[in-house]
Amino acid sequence: MNVPSTTNGSATNAVPRYHVLSVLVENKAGVLARVSSLFARRGYNIYSLAVAPTDEDRFSRITVVVDVESAPLEQIVKQLHKLINVIKISELDPRDSLERELLLCTVKATPEVRGQVIELVDLFEGRVLDVGHDEMTLSLDADPNRLDDLEELLRPYGIIDLQRTGRVALARLEHVAP
Amino acid sequence: MNTNGGSALIKALELEGVEVIFGLPGGAILPVYDPILDSPIRHVLVRHEQGAGHMAEGYAHATGRPGVAMVTSGPGATNIVTPICDAFMDSVPMVVITGQVPRPAIGTDAFQECDIVGITRSITKHNELVTRPEDIPLAIRQAFHIATTGRPGPVLVDIPKDIVDPKNPASAMDWNWPSDADVASSLPGYKPTTKGHPRKIKEAVELILSAQRPVIYAGGGILGARAAEVLRELAEMTDIPVVTTLMARGAFPDDHPLCLGMPGMHGNYTAVTAMQRADLLIALGSRFDDRVTGKVDAFAPDARIIHVDIDPAELGKVRRPDVPIVGDCRLVIEEMVRLLNHRTDGDVAAHQPDRSAWKQAISGWQEKFPMVYEPSVDGGPLKPQYVLEQLRDRAPEDCIVASGVGQHQMWASQYWKFNHPYTWINSGGAGTMGFSVPAAIGAKVGRPDRMVWAVDGDGCFQMTAQELVTAATERIPVKVAILNNAYLGMVRQWQEMFYEERYSEVYLSPDLPDYVKWSEAMGCVAMRVESPEEVGPAIDKANEIDDRPVVLEFRTDSAEKVFPMVPAGKSNDEIVVDPSLREGDR
Repeated sequence: MNVPSTTNGSATNAVPRYHVLSVLVENKAGVLARVSSLFARRGYNIYSLAVAPTDEDRFSRITVVVDVESAPLEQIVKQLHKLINVIKISELDPRDSLERELLLCTVKATPEVRGQVIELVDLFEGRVLDVGHDEMTLSLDADPNRLDDLEELLRPYGIIDLQRTGRVALARLEHVAP
Repeated sequence: MNTNGGSALIKALELEGVEVIFGLPGGAILPVYDPILDSPIRHVLVRHEQGAGHMAEGYAHATGRPGVAMVTSGPGATNIVTPICDAFMDSVPMVVITGQVPRPAIGTDAFQECDIVGITRSITKHNELVTRPEDIPLAIRQAFHIATTGRPGPVLVDIPKDIVDPKNPASAMDWNWPSDADVASSLPGYKPTTKGHPRKIKEAVELILSAQRPVIYAGGGILGARAAEVLRELAEMTDIPVVTTLMARGAFPDDHPLCLGMPGMHGNYTAVTAMQRADLLIALGSRFDDRVTGKVDAFAPDARIIHVDIDPAELGKVRRPDVPIVGDCRLVIEEMVRLLNHRTDGDVAAHQPDRSAWKQAISGWQEKFPMVYEPSVDGGPLKPQYVLEQLRDRAPEDCIVASGVGQHQMWASQYWKFNHPYTWINSGGAGTMGFSVPAAIGAKVGRPDRMVWAVDGDGCFQMTAQELVTAATERIPVKVAILNNAYLGMVRQWQEMFYEERYSEVYLSPDLPDYVKWSEAMGCVAMRVESPEEVGPAIDKANEIDDRPVVLEFRTDSAEKVFPMVPAGKSNDEIVVDPSLREGDR
């Protein structure tokens, strides 16, 4: 499953065709099911999902990426707000937020091509985690687009296993003094 | 450890002011039923758990207090799913307590186990599986707080058997009663907005003062907010006509000169058309339901919209408002009234445009398109509308009417005169057949001082009639009028009008079951009424009986259809009136 790319084209200010929601929730049993079922009941697939406690144990942050048009999304966000366990929701515009995702990949790397694979990983500032006789496991944490790119470049070598975490995101900071 | 989860649960319900529980015990909830014997709370033993849910709803509709139902796990819990959905759709405050299998057995497909929290997740305002006995008092406090504040709704609390069974050490706990502050801090994500935004209210007031053809579109939220009185104040001071939706019948008196009655698919011509032609709709606690709007794109095309609702998700859900106001209807309307007075120095009329043409148009429609029906021919079957008129005229004005779902529901809403709030109880959003008998019983339990009539159809009656056994046993003297047309009447009407009279699976037979014998077997007084001259005397006789339930079976005309009607998916401009009013047919 490929996460949709950030924009329609390469132009940096093109309109994103997916939405990233950052949902602050109570860290409790069943909350994730409540959140995800609001998408499921309308037949919308969740592309990626990352959940973990925040700095305060009582709360978790759910980062959810969905391919939903703006109008139904507005309604879903309002419905999310109605969930008793939901504290806060912000939609993150990919143009104004920092996104990171982690990729782990085991790729075929016989001794003859091992050097090429390592070079690729170095170019992306990824890391080699494990080396086998003719395989290699590597990792990359970066902007999700960079993960897409590396994935495509590794594909010809033969991807044996690949796992991505789903993206997490925070809003960009102001750079100009107020 | 000074108590156990079961005793704590009942004590918590007592402290929440619960006076009655509608329920039916079973294995998983058994330990909670023991302390009920020593509690001042009344328990009404139903014959089917669906009855418990609808009774709790009827109780809540009639009293404004949350209804409480208690059932066991598995099938007990699934049987109450329909009333929960019904309460969710109609924003009825209700707390449902379900037994659950002991914690170690959860997830093992144990006897009578089901994931009721999962099943009801999307049809409750909130639900919770309680996993520790000491959490029970807080869970109950939260349940009542959530069910009754903001937009009201059903809350389900699922309680495993081992934490309420005093024989099980796992149920031991120290009693604790959380304060309001504890409840608030335990719900960090729940803060309903009740006070409307002052700037938005100001904008609304300006729109009201400049509108040429305004209509107030009052919904069930008026009743939920106890805002009937202030609604009347607003309507009278601005001289703006009011439509009351199916959920809001009685929120504004039908005998008031400004009342236009019910809009929507089976609303009267004037209410429907006034909304269509309006230049301003003041939507108060209403949700632009498809049964009201007809085809949304063609609904009230010239109208600007002020939309007041406690639920932010309603604003813009169907129709984008010009002035959205999130807040409690009563508080917002009070503020509107205050601001209108302030803005006009107490003389609102002097600051409004001349609306005489609008008023003339409205009275013209009222004159041209009244509610009419063809009276029955000699020896022919009864007209259901006639039965409703007789029931209405022979009941005290504050009589509570609970209805099932279908043709009889529409006729009851159309022909009754609702002059008091909280006198009309029906299943609007979910459209649950079988609602009326148990809802009427719940209403009568909550308002024993009032006469309560259930208006039911023969199809509906067969779904929940067994609760009349409950009513007879508990001496709850409700009255039931079955409009027996031997059909699933509304389905028949659609098959006649939209399926070329191809009647598929709608015939029920007038004689099977024998409603009189059946009702008598359930401990009711029962009478069959077949001719118009019997109608009045039978109703009078029923009205005199106050020590047991009464069932009147009226044999009504199966060919009768509900008019006016806006066919589903059509614009409200395409309203079809009674054949006798149609041009060319006269």
